[in-house]
Amino acid sequence: MNLRRDVFQAIADPTRRAILLLVTSQALTAGAIASNFDTARPTVSKHLAILTECELLEQQQNGREIYYHLNAKKMKEVADFIEPFRKMWDDRFNKLESIMTSKKHELFKKNH
Amino acid sequence: MEQKTKINAEDGRQDYVITREFDLPVELLFRAHAEAGIVEQWMNTKVLKLESKKFGGYQFETSDPQGNVAFKASGVIHTFIPNQKIVRTFEMDNAPFGVQLEVYEFERLTDDTSRLHMHVIYESVAQRDQVLKLPFAQGLNWAHNKLQDIAGKLK
Repeated sequence: MNLRRDVFQAIADPTRRAILLLVTSQALTAGAIASNFDTARPTVSKHLAILTECELLEQQQNGREIYYHLNAKKMKEVADFIEPFRKMWDDRFNKLESIMTSKKHELFKKNH
Repeated sequence: MEQKTKINAEDGRQDYVITREFDLPVELLFRAHAEAGIVEQWMNTKVLKLESKKFGGYQFETSDPQGNVAFKASGVIHTFIPNQKIVRTFEMDNAPFGVQLEVYEFERLTDDTSRLHMHVIYESVAQRDQVLKLPFAQGLNWAHNKLQDIAGKLK
């Protein structure tokens, strides 16, 4: 697995967590985000690229500027990361139930 | 809507419990775990071998939509009590998740309803957490691949 795309790897970094906090209240340009940090602009750009790659941030073109805003849906998924795993089993068990329900009817027919 | 399948995975532990109630007699719920032809259908995998008995073994093989083998798993059955209990190991080939111990308990609720209680234990907390995150990480990768496909067409 490419770790750069791993959302948990992405939020493990304190600078990236700070960036996510910055854009919770409003969409910001890369320049505006970078002005909050002492680190070099390319470093901030790299962090933005990683956050965008794993879909925690979304880009929005506004004239000549690109604004970054938080992808609330993805943030929620991170909060309940176990949900896809539960959903996977739920889907499997739903299938099991429908397969066996139809078999139950087959058996019923045979007996009558 | 109430969630039928529940997962209890506490922080810092190397196990989790999955519970689910079925509108099925316990006999049918058990058969769905014991017969290869049925397991294949709901687990979406090919069952190469399934010896449903004490000291039996099993092998699964799953292919991606292109027909390449994407996943192989196998294990041995330690306990096999019809309509009550299965204890088995489960291990994925070429994966960093180690071996897991699975305890399935089948419970009769009424003539037409039953409950499955699945306790899964890993070698370490880290391995358990990795497995729990797996569908999530896959979802992200798929989303990313899709993005790449679309971006590729735009070039």
